[in-house]
Amino acid sequence: MGKNPFIIEVNHVSKRFEDGKFALNDVNLQVKKGEFVTILGPSGCGKTTLLRCIAGFQVASSGDILLKGEDVTKTPPYKRPVNTVFQKYALFPHLNVFNNVAFGLKLKKVAPDVIKKKVRRALKMANMTGYEERKVDTLSGGQQQRVAIARAIVNEPEVLLLDEPLSALDLKMRHDMQIELKELHEKLGITFIYVTHDQEEALTLSDRVVVMNEGEIKQIGTPTDIYNEPQNCFVADFIGESNILSGRMIRDRKVQFLGLEFDCIDEGFGEDVPVDVVIRPEDIYLWKVQSDKVQSDKGPDAASQADLDEEDRVPKGKFTKWYGTVQSCIFKGVHYEMRVLTPDGYEFLIQDYHEFLPGTEVGMLVKPEDIQIVKKEHYIYNYFDGEVTKNGKVRFIDAEWEVMPQQIEGFEPGEKVQVRVPFRSIDLQDYEEEGTLSGEVHFILYKGNHYHLTIRTDEGHDIYVNTNDVWDDGDRVGIVIPAKEILVESQKSKVESHE
Amino acid sequence: MSKILQIVSSRRTWAWPYVLFMLLFVVLPLILVGYYALTDINGQFTMRNFAKFFTHSEAIQTFLYSVMIAVFNTVICLLVGYPAAYVMAQEDFKTPKVMAMLFILPMWINFLLRTVATVELFNIFGLPLGEGALLFGLCYDYLPFMIYPIYNTLQKMDNSLVEAAYDLGANRWQSFWKVIVPLSMPGVYSGIVMVFMPTVSTFAIAELLTHNNIKLFGSLIQDYITTTDLLNYGAVLSLVLLIIIGLTSFFGDNDSEGEKGGMV
Repeated sequence: MGKNPFIIEVNHVSKRFEDGKFALNDVNLQVKKGEFVTILGPSGCGKTTLLRCIAGFQVASSGDILLKGEDVTKTPPYKRPVNTVFQKYALFPHLNVFNNVAFGLKLKKVAPDVIKKKVRRALKMANMTGYEERKVDTLSGGQQQRVAIARAIVNEPEVLLLDEPLSALDLKMRHDMQIELKELHEKLGITFIYVTHDQEEALTLSDRVVVMNEGEIKQIGTPTDIYNEPQNCFVADFIGESNILSGRMIRDRKVQFLGLEFDCIDEGFGEDVPVDVVIRPEDIYLWKVQSDKVQSDKGPDAASQADLDEEDRVPKGKFTKWYGTVQSCIFKGVHYEMRVLTPDGYEFLIQDYHEFLPGTEVGMLVKPEDIQIVKKEHYIYNYFDGEVTKNGKVRFIDAEWEVMPQQIEGFEPGEKVQVRVPFRSIDLQDYEEEGTLSGEVHFILYKGNHYHLTIRTDEGHDIYVNTNDVWDDGDRVGIVIPAKEILVESQKSKVESHE
Repeated sequence: MSKILQIVSSRRTWAWPYVLFMLLFVVLPLILVGYYALTDINGQFTMRNFAKFFTHSEAIQTFLYSVMIAVFNTVICLLVGYPAAYVMAQEDFKTPKVMAMLFILPMWINFLLRTVATVELFNIFGLPLGEGALLFGLCYDYLPFMIYPIYNTLQKMDNSLVEAAYDLGANRWQSFWKVIVPLSMPGVYSGIVMVFMPTVSTFAIAELLTHNNIKLFGSLIQDYITTTDLLNYGAVLSLVLLIIIGLTSFFGDNDSEGEKGGMV
């Protein structure tokens, strides 16, 4: 004891459901004493499952969970020094406020006068003094939440687990409660683990944010890290708004996108490596330019300096600039939000305190430190394991596909092969029946001039598709791969091509 | 034209057949029972019938015995029914529908036929008919009425309440008694009312399963009403029973306020 700085350690925890799907996949997380950690992610990402494993309502399929260095992986919830604030409060409707809060203490056979004192103090902490005798169903949502918090903290737990506690409250109430929770955390000095799908909540409240998706931790970091230095496209897209573009790392501190070279501050990606480039909408500077600029000019040049000089707020220096036309401009309260289209068809989302009306020709630049480079998770091709069938087709992702005869030349029927399909070559159909396979749109990433979609087939395979068509999350689609786009290779080439 | 439409489409119009039915088959009989209870054979007003009940020890004894049998039956149904409902309402219980079906299946058959079959069953196994057989038959007939309301409240109960109890340090046993039982009380009340009331007034089951050796209050009423010169006294007994049942149903109503158990 004492040496271990971590109050909670989650080591290689996985949770499989009966249908074999992973709710948690090899999750690792260490929480220090007194930390406020938020687990953030879209619904179904496994964040609640992780919390429930820590609380003891669910048992991990593998891996272990340590509380204060003690293995509690299989300890029942009533023996753990943690308390939970539930999403829908879960107050006991047959008990009044006092008895709800006193529930845990009464079970521990605490003396009645001590119970009274402790309950009063907990209710005061939660700003609910004077409500002792009220029935819980006569309280408003916010009041019920406060009682739920008092009921948890009265037991003086070492860790307080909060499962989307504010999701049922209206916006104004939610903001008030956020401040109260933050204050409560400081007053109590105990560890808070907070689950939410609301990124703003996560960024305002926490010391550290854990971003999860599909049962995996995507990034752990301070709110500023998560926002300014997203490690992958998922985090960049999920936290705040961002422009994500495909680019190429030329060498350290030099990146190419939009056909231009930009200085940046990232290193260690290697030379000539495809990457994704993330630029936050508020990091792009805008200024008006003469109308001929947009069509004729690209890249750094002296002539544009004249336009820049009129605008003091745009940084001076040798920055790479690019040009476009404002498509739309919406007033958002503090700032304006513009969509700007370049002549090459790239669309940028830009936030600025100044209004640029639609039709205005503008110049754009971004400082090197505001260009965030993230590793590409997948490149131009889908790779599948396949098998040549007797009738001259190839079987992969649970379907048989027509291929060009020359592609399977030299392969025996039944031979295992690797199939390569470019993201661009997959057609999506509105009607599932029109596709060889059907699936649904699982994840969408806008890459400035096209969409990068993840399609999950009904059998659970992921297929990546680049398209200019607009789809929505959850859309059902038919998947068609034209025969001439399917490339069949021997399995040996697999290792090299994945490099 | 529009006036006719208005009449046809108004709720009041549609209520009429039901109102008529109620008047004929509920209100009128009640008035008749009241009338007979307060008159003698010649139709003269009298309170003597009531006076007779309070001095008629056989009637009072039968009444108390019927209440006792009903209480026993209710308690047995509760003791057998609650665990069954609890098991069925568990989240990881795979076949609640099949279980529910099995419980409801006997109710497809008329209860008299079932009771006659029960008598046969007792004969086959050489078991004596009597009080034990009576309780068995009553329990067999009324158990579903206990299980359903309890199952319903348990099934609707938010599982996070049980988890909250665990979270606050209650083990399985404690969370059962401190959370699950109190919250299932509306269903328990409904079940009690639904089993207790019909058992008090039952008579056919008693006759069949005890070879007419044990008389319940229902049988007594039947005896008097079918005997012409005691019809008025029979009416008094019916009225007494009605009042008792009315009182128990009030007791049920008050407590199941809020979340009602109710049948499926």
